Amino acid sequence: MIEFKKKPGLVIYLTAGDPDLATTLDMALAAIDNGADVIELGVPFSDPLADGPVIQRASERALAKGTKLTDVLVICKQLRAARPQTGIILFSYLNPVVRFGMEKFAHAAKDAGADGVLLTDMIVEEAAEYLKVMHEVGLAPVFLAAPTSPDERLKAIAENSQGFVYAISRLGTTGTRTELEADAEAVVRRLKQFTTLPIALGFGVSTPEHVKTVGGFADAAVVGSAIVGLVEKTDAADAAKAVGEFVKSLKGAEIGA
Amino acid sequence: MSTTASIVSPAPLPASSVPGRFGKYGGRYVPETLMAALLELDAAYAEAQADAAFHAELDGLLKEYVGRPTPLYFAKRLTETLGGAKIYLKREDLLHTGAHKINNALGQALLARRMGKQRIIAETGAGQHGVATATVCALFGMECVVYMGEEDMRRQELNVFRMRLLGAEVRGVASGSATLKDAINEAMRDWVTNVRTTFYILGSALGSHPYPTMVRDFHRVISKESKRQILEHEGRLPDAIVACVGGGSNAIGAFYEYIPDANVALIGVEAGGRGTGLGEHAARFQKIGGGIPGVLQGTYSYVLQDEAGQVATTHSVSAGLDYASVGPEHAMLHDSGRATYTSATDAEALDAVRVLSRTEGIIPALESAHAVAEAIKLAPKMGKDKILMVNVSGRGDKDIGIMTREMDLTGK
Ligand SMILES: Cc1ncc(COP(=O)(O)O)c(C=O)c1O
Repeated sequence: MIEFKKKPGLVIYLTAGDPDLATTLDMALAAIDNGADVIELGVPFSDPLADGPVIQRASERALAKGTKLTDVLVICKQLRAARPQTGIILFSYLNPVVRFGMEKFAHAAKDAGADGVLLTDMIVEEAAEYLKVMHEVGLAPVFLAAPTSPDERLKAIAENSQGFVYAISRLGTTGTRTELEADAEAVVRRLKQFTTLPIALGFGVSTPEHVKTVGGFADAAVVGSAIVGLVEKTDAADAAKAVGEFVKSLKGAEIGA
Repeated sequence: MSTTASIVSPAPLPASSVPGRFGKYGGRYVPETLMAALLELDAAYAEAQADAAFHAELDGLLKEYVGRPTPLYFAKRLTETLGGAKIYLKREDLLHTGAHKINNALGQALLARRMGKQRIIAETGAGQHGVATATVCALFGMECVVYMGEEDMRRQELNVFRMRLLGAEVRGVASGSATLKDAINEAMRDWVTNVRTTFYILGSALGSHPYPTMVRDFHRVISKESKRQILEHEGRLPDAIVACVGGGSNAIGAFYEYIPDANVALIGVEAGGRGTGLGEHAARFQKIGGGIPGVLQGTYSYVLQDEAGQVATTHSVSAGLDYASVGPEHAMLHDSGRATYTSATDAEALDAVRVLSRTEGIIPALESAHAVAEAIKLAPKMGKDKILMVNVSGRGDKDIGIMTREMDLTGK
């Protein structure tokens, strides 16, 4: 279930299959148990053009292990069985989904217990059939909103999203940053004109301080590359523990520091 | 252009129509950050298209700077050697910078200037589009960054030097198979980051709307000229036109004006590489082991991919044809049967280089040699009263290094 009980909520992105599927599941559990509200399970893709080097490398590692969309559905199902209340979003580029079949995918995702779907390269104008099948099976479509999106696009994005709207904090690809940019607050503020849905801000959100700052104007923070980068540096055996501790620190700054 | 079913049958959401569809192919599948730029580009291009002054400047430069019109040359000795159809060569290889690519690079650079964008980025495979872009940036005094796969930098070393000499920055891309697809990914990442100040000059009839339409329009001059020229030479249209297909820009330019002429066969030639298995070729339209419709780099078209929807690696001796997808308009022409697509292997292309060099004194680019290879197969099967037109998209100077490694001329 997509719900941000305590603001700011926390959305944690993991590239599924990096370092391996079993560890992805353990890391997701650790993230949830340390305060993540929503897990985004990223389906690795050969051509991740919206991603920076950290997630590119994770995708390459996951693909080298043979990770497929069907595997991601399997761990989604396991995660759902283990944590019935957590929000789970399947995060993918379009092609693996198109290849699998949009309708078949929607049913499989629903069966696996996902709450929603985010397709990186799906824009609202092209989304009619995607939206139709999402509505039919009862999955929340989450669209990206960018600092460059004019108001009329933000409106369409907000109106067609369910669960939450994913606001991109800045121009560019995914990746960690030392500072949050001024663009971030502006896009959230503009989105708020059009929707009462929670707004999660992502791209570059990397530290407890960032999460705290995001909490000042958005409903949730999405942390991706910082987690994936941590996974890269950590032995598989220690990864779940490291992710759990990091997620805890992300939550901590919001209450404590 | 119909707006019927797409991958997921787009119906108009906020806008009133979905532009940029070629049958069910094409469209816009990009990260949202790029949408404002694509819409701005679409509007600026429509405005430029309607502006006589834009066309006057473009046409003037095409004539005075680029060297248009290019000749339509009757290849007498090649025709005699093959013993069938009369072969005409459309000589895009004679253009400034050595390939058709400059038709489009110049058009887009003029558009960038009009839009007030001073920073230009481009991707390149064979280096011809990169050289053409670096050239027009030098001409207009614009900043130029070209992304190129490291494998392509190695095999098209000469063009890397040319780009640098022209003042462009060449950025090597090591990801994936370090070829054209990877260079496009990196160019798109740059664009997403610098979209407010940067114009992306895409080099083939690929990508999101409006690129496939715009790139085709800038290359349409090829078939406009050739139609007039063949009527002057022969008083009738050709029976067939052959062009190589990488992303599909020279082919769509060479075909476009003939699409309504049902008696003119349009034949695209893809890279057959060194085998028919996935990874050994770049023949997206190959029946078995070829591509199936999917989304790559912003557009819906045929894509070489595995069963899980991961994009396959490709192989061709020619860097310019070494790409996993193909322009969406070709996908439509393929499905409708209006054009047919075949392939030539690495060995056939290299052989065609030798044949054309020795019968006509013309050394074609390895890409163009794929079209010549098809002509070598086809012409003898056609009657002597038939006319076969071959688009020679570029010259072979850039490929001398590869040819030196791949061809054994010691015996002859
Ligand atoms: C001489 C030449 N011909 C053909 C191509 C293939 O591109 P397209 O299919 O867009 O014409 C290239 C690309 O680099 C090229 O340099």
